[in-house]
Amino acid sequence: MNTITCNTCGHLNKEGTTICEKCGNPLDNDQKGKLLNMRYDGSSIRSKTKNRSIIDKIWNFFSSVKIGVTLIAIALVASALGTIYPQQMYIPRSVDPSVHYRDQYGITGQIYYQLGFHNLYGSWWYMILIALIGISIFIVSIDRGVPLYKALKHQAVKRHPNFLKRQKLFGEYKDYSVDEKKLLISKLKENRYKIAEKDGHILAEKGRFSRWGPYVNHLGLIIFLLGTIFRFVPFMYIDDYVWVREGETTVIPSTNQEYYIENQEFIFETYGEDEEDAVFEEALQNNSGPVPKHFETNAVIYQDVSDDIVGTEAELEEIKRGEIIVNEPLKINGLALYQDSYQLSEFESMSFKLHETTDEEEEAIVEFTVDLTDPKREYKFENGYRIELNKYYPEYELDDGQPRSISNYPRNPGFVFFVYGPDIEEQEASFLAIGQNIPSGDNQYKIGLTDFSVRDVSGLKVRKDLTLPILGLGAFIFMIGVIQGMYWQHRRIWIHQGDEKLLIACHTNKNWYGLTKEIEKVIEGTSFKMVEDQENKQKQD
Amino acid sequence: MLDYISISGGLLYTAFVIYLISIVFFAATIRDKRKEKQFTLVNKLAIGTTILGFVAQVGYFITRWIASGHAPVSNMFEFVTFFGMMLVFAFIILYLIYRIELLGLFALPIALLIIAYASMYPTEISPLVPSLKSHWLYIHVTTVALGEAILAVSFVAGIIYLIRQIDQTKITLKTIGLEIIMYSVCATIGFVLITSTFSAMDYNASFSYSVDGNESTLNYHLPAIFGPGDGELLTENRMEAMIPTPEWMHGAEAPRKLNTLVWSLLIGLGLYLVMRLILRKRIAAAIQPILKKANPELLDEVCYRAVAIGFPVFTLGGLIFAAIWAQEAWNRYWGWDPKEVWALITFFFYAIFLHLRLSKGWHGERSAWLAVVGFTIIMFNLIVVNLVLAGLHSYA
Ligand code: HEM
Repeated sequence: MNTITCNTCGHLNKEGTTICEKCGNPLDNDQKGKLLNMRYDGSSIRSKTKNRSIIDKIWNFFSSVKIGVTLIAIALVASALGTIYPQQMYIPRSVDPSVHYRDQYGITGQIYYQLGFHNLYGSWWYMILIALIGISIFIVSIDRGVPLYKALKHQAVKRHPNFLKRQKLFGEYKDYSVDEKKLLISKLKENRYKIAEKDGHILAEKGRFSRWGPYVNHLGLIIFLLGTIFRFVPFMYIDDYVWVREGETTVIPSTNQEYYIENQEFIFETYGEDEEDAVFEEALQNNSGPVPKHFETNAVIYQDVSDDIVGTEAELEEIKRGEIIVNEPLKINGLALYQDSYQLSEFESMSFKLHETTDEEEEAIVEFTVDLTDPKREYKFENGYRIELNKYYPEYELDDGQPRSISNYPRNPGFVFFVYGPDIEEQEASFLAIGQNIPSGDNQYKIGLTDFSVRDVSGLKVRKDLTLPILGLGAFIFMIGVIQGMYWQHRRIWIHQGDEKLLIACHTNKNWYGLTKEIEKVIEGTSFKMVEDQENKQKQD
Repeated sequence: MLDYISISGGLLYTAFVIYLISIVFFAATIRDKRKEKQFTLVNKLAIGTTILGFVAQVGYFITRWIASGHAPVSNMFEFVTFFGMMLVFAFIILYLIYRIELLGLFALPIALLIIAYASMYPTEISPLVPSLKSHWLYIHVTTVALGEAILAVSFVAGIIYLIRQIDQTKITLKTIGLEIIMYSVCATIGFVLITSTFSAMDYNASFSYSVDGNESTLNYHLPAIFGPGDGELLTENRMEAMIPTPEWMHGAEAPRKLNTLVWSLLIGLGLYLVMRLILRKRIAAAIQPILKKANPELLDEVCYRAVAIGFPVFTLGGLIFAAIWAQEAWNRYWGWDPKEVWALITFFFYAIFLHLRLSKGWHGERSAWLAVVGFTIIMFNLIVVNLVLAGLHSYA
């Protein structure tokens, strides 16, 4: 490796060093008069010195701040593009995205869809972009952090006069007494500076830890990004959904059939029922529908304790019971059940009777009840009548004159019944739905609704996310890092004991105003006049 | 109950008037011809009244909280008012550090305009749906507002810096940029003026129109320049819509929002032109002379310092607390909805700001322009994302 020999102290410095590690003499002889660049204390940075092998090239690419900032800027623009139209996850699930974007937003919508922007944040290129930023942060931190650490750890107390003369804040003092110098040092101590002394030269320093702020916050970001990658490890992350009807027990998905949940009761309240809601009266009136105030599921969780043989009946053992309220999930074994949505008054069963069409009394010939979650296909009666449930639409809708079901949930059931009887030749068909009773042709018999029962259904999200602690840790470390780097500053004051003159120079990594105020306070009561801002002076000259 | 509501309204009004008075005092400190910087009576009065106004506004906040039973940051009016209050707070902090009166002369009018803007939204107390009932919501929203307000002070410092430094002798992209900012301020004033004028007149015109095949009515509180696409005027003695809203603007209220926007821009244009006629030069050029005494170095420092202080606060509130709350309410800490994405964009942007400044030496003018762009992003998230993106897509 090439070295640079300092021409004042003879120390061998690594290639790329701009300020001699040992004596502090600036090594850029030709630039006298210009202020020193104090970034990383002039130490040698790998990415600035090596550019031979392919590894060097990659290293240099990622440790360039220009590249880093460009990557962040691209991520910024890309993220903004994703908000022009809603992402796929926010459009109705029942529609086909390829049609939806074109229909709703026209030609621009179609382009948006075809470019894949409807699923931008989950796209491979967006993820690669974020990964590149992560790699860049990692490499840049090593590239700059290590030399900075070494430079600050081994910094010499005595610095070459040229080093001091080329600092932004600088002063030269001829007539001063030893006592006054002592007073100055004691006042620096009062302001919580750490003082190091060597042969009458002084280094006063405070807040060095804040220099590690960027490195700590970058570390936090890297931990956070790693955490997001762990999401793709199957056992770390579960995201599922379950609907449970009141009174029912169902298996909780994604638990290998191990856990079951029973919905004992679903409670639902809206605003306006209580007197205390009076303040909201005006807002409630402006709202078209009722505004939900509170909903919860009273749940019992069971564990299947039967042997793990396929086909055996589940043996349920209660392990937990409690309410599941919005913002207050029920947790079992790292798995959380969140109250998400609900379906009020879903039909549970419907009862019907059969009577002669002409009978004004509508006297029942037979009566039967259809369990809407598990309907039987056929209902047989001793008096020779038989009713077949030919078609069942849990959530019935007419689509171009054709009946069909939108979902499997009995929210608006529709039925086609075939009636067979001793005096019926073939069969008689009837169609029934809420508010509709359509016989086919002139039926001899008619089916009528006599009763129904309803119940609420609770929609629960099933979540497990073991990446959360990692993400939390990353975010926490990030915050520590930014606060450390932003709310404190690294300030240094060098006092060089020359033969006849005393030189004072000051440096801070940020907040020069604060440093100036502090030095004014420190020299108050001494005969030292204020150090000069050489940058301003140069500008004015 | 109702009593607290009226006390609360009164306190907000009081705060508004006191802020106006402090602006006058801050203006007086600038006119002070003495060369030496001194902390005189006028300075004391200026910052004293600002603090008093702030206290009154805190009073508004507390009484409204008591009245509604939840922290008043749950709708547009409440949130934007709170943002205005935090802007005053952030200014007070930075004033106490740097003692720059000019900062007050610019920050307070902006805060006032923000509060006035907020009052154009429905001010009634609204109930909370279950997913909003969480302490994390309050913690999140208040921290975001504080963070954004501190970042807004960097904009204030930046804009003063730019007006002072930019050469006004010839037309350049920079002078045009500054005039666009001045015009945006005019348009905001225009919005407040036109909305409050017609609401004082109780103007209401209903249109019937169809959204996605359903008949619906839309109430306009401003005369309709842009009416609903196939709308029909229902109210008598009202102006018919002049232009139908273009087809591609979807969403139930898009026509009305477009109409309000156009009105604001037009009135803003009027205001701007009148000012130009009176001043006979660019507005920024007219302001420039009073900024002579300002120290650009110090303004640059404040601009950076505000970002340095605001960035961690914003990250904590806008990303971390937001994620904790989202995790609690919807069990997903991040959902890529526009509001969240724009918070991330803000975060990215200020990260870029800091890196360019620290590693690429973007000081002074460049840094001030960045502060302006940053504030634009914040306002975009506050207003456009709420009203347009969310409204157009109706998943607010
Ligand atoms: C969004 C991601 C990032 C965030 C939030 C972030 C945050 C920060 C912060 C807050 C600072 C301190 C700035 C100051 O003190 O004014 C900093 C410093 C720095 N960052 Fe980043 N950073 C990110 C990405 C990157 C990337 C991709 C690079 C790669 C080139 C990078 C390189 C640096 C460097 C070189 C410093 C200066 C370190 C020093 O002076 O000791 N950062 N970063």
